[in-house]
Amino acid sequence: MNAILQYFFDWDIIVKSFPFLLKGLVTTLIIAALTIVFGLALGLLLACLRAFHIRLVNLAIIIFADVLRSIPALVLLIVVYFALPEIGIRLSGFVAVVLVLSLVMAAFAEEIIWSGIIAVDQGQWEAGRSTGLTFTQTLGSIVLLQAVQMVIPPLTNKMINITKNTALASVISVSEMLNQASSQQALYANPTPLTLAAILYVALFFPLVLLSRRIEARYSVVR
Amino acid sequence: MFSLDAISQAMPYLKYGLITTLWLGAIILPLAFLAGLLVGIVAAKGARPVRLLTFVYIDFFRSFPPLVLIIFVFYALPFLGLRLPEVPAFALAMTLNGSSYFAEIIRAGILSIPKGQTEAARSTGLSATSTMIYVVLPQALRNVLPPLLSNSIELFKATSLASVVAIAELLRSARIAQGVTFDSTPLVLAALIYLVILWPCVRILSRLERNDLKAIR
Repeated sequence: MNAILQYFFDWDIIVKSFPFLLKGLVTTLIIAALTIVFGLALGLLLACLRAFHIRLVNLAIIIFADVLRSIPALVLLIVVYFALPEIGIRLSGFVAVVLVLSLVMAAFAEEIIWSGIIAVDQGQWEAGRSTGLTFTQTLGSIVLLQAVQMVIPPLTNKMINITKNTALASVISVSEMLNQASSQQALYANPTPLTLAAILYVALFFPLVLLSRRIEARYSVVR
Repeated sequence: MFSLDAISQAMPYLKYGLITTLWLGAIILPLAFLAGLLVGIVAAKGARPVRLLTFVYIDFFRSFPPLVLIIFVFYALPFLGLRLPEVPAFALAMTLNGSSYFAEIIRAGILSIPKGQTEAARSTGLSATSTMIYVVLPQALRNVLPPLLSNSIELFKATSLASVVAIAELLRSARIAQGVTFDSTPLVLAALIYLVILWPCVRILSRLERNDLKAIR
């Protein structure tokens, strides 16, 4: 018991490292917010674009979505951060993380929203068009709303998962929460900061996971 | 980038890394699935107090970022005298993480099977265990095939996190090869290898998901 207290909840170290972890938490939240906003916006745009059925555009979108869903985010991050400089593109760690996670989020969001769009009944399209709405208007004001509503549960889950991936930023030394915790741990030779970071992560995501449960129950299309 | 010399120099590293990655996947996927199956069954059918416990397990590990969990297992647990070798430690962390998702998916699958199925099976004289194994589970797992596949893909991709704790899987081997060749081609090659392995899975998944949503409507 004493060992646990000493190594995982050393009060002195908690007090000293807490400000650093909070600073890291702020960075984590900023990365998460930017990722969700950019990723959702791009994913929504691509899914709508795909509804126009322009063959070449759709092929490009499918390849984009497949590639970004197949390669692990960490691998993409390492490639962007360590390989792109060789061809003259040098991004800061922060920009690299936001870029990679946004693109991954966009790929998943596009795929999820698109599966919603094609699940909307064909009659909805026909009804929209026959009242004189253009294709774009039908998509925007009739189909999209129903499509998005159908896929809210998987979309929320994906958002939570991508947000958890912000911890990957620590690998390319962006000082988000995990990175701060690791350096604090090295400084004190004591894992208390790691415990604290783990607690903060769970405190951050536990409510979101519970929320996603409620959303799933509320918007569930099954049954 | 893309000098043939660097590629041939990097090949042995990448080959070694790929084998390690496949090994990690072959260890973690079944472990996480089996653990998830057990927790999922209890979460769907267990007595109330145990069921509550499984919910805590599922939601706790779903809210723990996998990389944080890995770092914690690697750098914090040794202070308690629990020093696991690298691969078992990584497998432990990823099994905890992966099984929580599998459990939640399997729970939903089991709950999607109408009660009449169980009642019919029981009334023909099957025991509760046999009913679960031969009647409920086959239907339940088929109902949640798309999320099961999706989670398996995510879990396989997560083997790349092992690079952070010095396991020489594909990504880390590629980084080492990059250091040896002074060329970042190995990194790009590693990304391509992941793409070749997982693209077919992702395609199949997209198709399954689409059929699923259409069938519901």
